[in-house]
Amino acid sequence: MSILVNSDTRVICQGITGKAGAFHTKGCKEYGTKMVGGVTPGKSGELVEGLPVFDTVEEAVKQTGANATMIFVPPPFTADAILEAVDAGIEVICAITEGVPVIDMVHVYERVKKSKSILVGPNCPGVITPGQCKIGIMPGYIHKPGKVGIMSRSGTLTYEAVWQTSGLGFGQSTCVGLGGDPIVGTSYIDVFERFQNDDQTEVILMIGEIGGDAEEMAAEYVKNHVTKPVAAFIAGRTAPPGKRMGHAGAIITGGKGTAAEKVSALEAAGIVVAHSPADMGAAVAKALKK
Amino acid sequence: MKIHEYQAKELFRKAQVPVLAGFVARTPEEAKAAFEKLGGPIAVVKAQVHAGGRGKGTVTEVPSQRGVQLVKSGDEAATVAKNLIGNHLVTVQTGASGAVVNQVFVEQGCKIARELYLAVVVDRAAKLPLLMVSSEGGVEIEKVAEETPEKILREHFDPAYGLQSYQVRKLCKKLGISGDAAKNADFFMKKLCSLFVELDCAMAEINPLVITEDNKMIALDAKITFDDNAMYRHPDLKELRDLNEEEPAEIRAANTGLSYVKLEGNIGCLVNGAGLAMATMDIIKHHGGAPANFLDVGGGANTQQVTEAFRIILSDPNVKAILVNIFGGIARCTTIAQAIIDASKEVGFSVPLVVRLEGTEVNEGKKMLRESGLAIISADDLTDAAKKVVASIA
Repeated sequence: MSILVNSDTRVICQGITGKAGAFHTKGCKEYGTKMVGGVTPGKSGELVEGLPVFDTVEEAVKQTGANATMIFVPPPFTADAILEAVDAGIEVICAITEGVPVIDMVHVYERVKKSKSILVGPNCPGVITPGQCKIGIMPGYIHKPGKVGIMSRSGTLTYEAVWQTSGLGFGQSTCVGLGGDPIVGTSYIDVFERFQNDDQTEVILMIGEIGGDAEEMAAEYVKNHVTKPVAAFIAGRTAPPGKRMGHAGAIITGGKGTAAEKVSALEAAGIVVAHSPADMGAAVAKALKK
Repeated sequence: MKIHEYQAKELFRKAQVPVLAGFVARTPEEAKAAFEKLGGPIAVVKAQVHAGGRGKGTVTEVPSQRGVQLVKSGDEAATVAKNLIGNHLVTVQTGASGAVVNQVFVEQGCKIARELYLAVVVDRAAKLPLLMVSSEGGVEIEKVAEETPEKILREHFDPAYGLQSYQVRKLCKKLGISGDAAKNADFFMKKLCSLFVELDCAMAEINPLVITEDNKMIALDAKITFDDNAMYRHPDLKELRDLNEEEPAEIRAANTGLSYVKLEGNIGCLVNGAGLAMATMDIIKHHGGAPANFLDVGGGANTQQVTEAFRIILSDPNVKAILVNIFGGIARCTTIAQAIIDASKEVGFSVPLVVRLEGTEVNEGKKMLRESGLAIISADDLTDAAKKVVASIA
């Protein structure tokens, strides 16, 4: 198995006629994802990469049986696009868009929470189950079907981890890019729960970064609920307090959210922590031997 | 985006959040006039810089002068303004070089009965805005949070409905606020929480928040940080940005769509992705070096952006070597390779350049660099790259 997405997942792209939407629809289709259509209001009847474009998500779902979406619409329209996907009953919603206002996400999260949909992102690379389904912007070829479940708040750092675990021959069950914003739809804990219950996943790698306390909460969860081996890396050990490191969420405020605090919480939960980003693969190997 | 206290108070006034009367002054004469307009008998002159800790901060050029001072005459207001304006104020948050004071805020005095602390932030774990109030006003809240966290009271609120009266009643009960003061607290806190949501704040902090002898609740200080992602819907707020308070290279980077933060070390970094950029800084440190900056060229970086990124890195005189670390996802290695070649023609690399490429179009990118004839130190992986760049300046 795998989590969230597999070879049966039917995917649409919201914002498919835009430059990024079209480019990544092509990439996902070439990877083998079952791309079934796209949505851009006012552009129904057009074709992008041979796929039908619809005016509304509701229509797209009705015509194509889509159960997942990747969202590339600009930030001012992202909350609306997510809510439209929720309304249409889409199961897995990946919001790739970067730059969504935090208050928008407060409103969106309240709605997603009460629905059956799962929101991944925003400001994330997406989700991939190697060899089956890629939804998002990650380079597909670095992945390999296998046993490591990976979750991360950072895109390119995930690629680095994927590269290392592929190189060691482990491969990945599913990789989930949670997103770099302060409020995202899916937390580490949500994904830990899924990986714990997934047969294919034998070891879990969590990539965190400074800011907030999501990593500490995940460590607490792992201690009490996860029996599979877990490895982790925290980016931002050298980041100074008060400076935002690119991601809207990556900022140390009031002495909270430092890498040192996170690392000690993770280690206290029995998680193998890589102390250099070059050792993420090695940490997975070590966790497996434990 | 941060703004000054006087600007935040102007926004408070518009939103009916109670503040004292005051005027901004850019010269000693203006400060004196402000004092006279306020009518005395006392006023407070406050340095306007984005950093906190002003009350205990000292002026480099006039060591006896603090960043906030009570004055009793127009002449005294002018003297304090003269000591502050144009000079450097050093506080716990500015670093040793301090921040230049370009204006002061001359504010009415008031009779304080009690000092509190108040802040509104977005709580990521609860995914809701959070109002925090503490009886420990005027002191460093970080210290309170660490030593006596129970003294910080918390109430989450739904932005669609706003803070509710029962929540204020709960807070007042715990803080021992009653009667007219409690009524005024209800008005104050609800107005402030609405402002937080309506203006897309990332943080609003009032330290101290005071209750006066006649039971009014007033924001004696005001610090607001806005959510940069929401600025598109607040064009009027954008005008409050004070570029003097920001690092010039960071402004330049932001204008090009790059994310750059200047640091103290000597190894310049050019990376794609915020997480990988942080991790690159970490691995440089791990191998004994010190990063000169955080720089994320982003996912869709083009040649022009990367060239500008190199210019910004090289504009820092501390930079003795550069490490380029690219994991091509959306960004292609060929784009980066072309940019390195173009940038070398335009800016010329006077320092060692270590390049690590991986991902989309990596072989083509590496080939372009090899054939360019540039003196580039090529690295195979992260560790190799970090070791080579540290060794290049050893």
